[in-house]
Amino acid sequence: MATNNEIKYLTPIAVDIKKKKYCRFKKSGIKYIDYKDAEFLKKFVNEQGRILPRRLTGTSLKYQKKVAQAVKRARHLALLPFVTDNLKSNN
Amino acid sequence: MLNQYETVFIMTPVLSDDQMKETVKKFENILTAKGAELVHQENWGLRKFEYPIQKKSSGFYHLIEFKAEGDVVKELELQYRRDERVLRYLTVSMDKHAIAYSEKRRNLKKEHTEE
Repeated sequence: MATNNEIKYLTPIAVDIKKKKYCRFKKSGIKYIDYKDAEFLKKFVNEQGRILPRRLTGTSLKYQKKVAQAVKRARHLALLPFVTDNLKSNN
Repeated sequence: MLNQYETVFIMTPVLSDDQMKETVKKFENILTAKGAELVHQENWGLRKFEYPIQKKSSGFYHLIEFKAEGDVVKELELQYRRDERVLRYLTVSMDKHAIAYSEKRRNLKKEHTEE
């Protein structure tokens, strides 16, 4: 009984290695996030069209607010959907 | 001090080409009449919406960048509300980063067209 337990854990359990998150805007020096550029904003929106949280994207607070505002403006102009099921896969 | 604004508005797809141009002209005149200085214009033409607006699935997008006093925007948006051909509009004031960004984009586009 005990033996097959050990076999199961022969390979170390892959605890997700803490990747150092960085703010891509600070790094690449982007100062303005354009609400008209839907393709670029799609990187910050998940499959359902919702804005990705900072803990996943790692962006700093200042730029996360700009991203959120740009996405909301794009939604107002129907460049981005409010909610959808397969945003990235259909085009 | 003249602030810089950027307004995008969506026109109903039902319009013929010259009707669309005429509405754009109308808003240009409104702006110039109020003493605004038109910096740049872009016509994205007919584009599909990501969700239906007023039962329509596509529309003519038009962008106007202009320098104006603050109260011009209120007047412009009043005209937008009155005009039934305009489905939706969004006017945004531009800070220095936005102005730099749009200038860069314009030069980039000019280089493309010249090549």
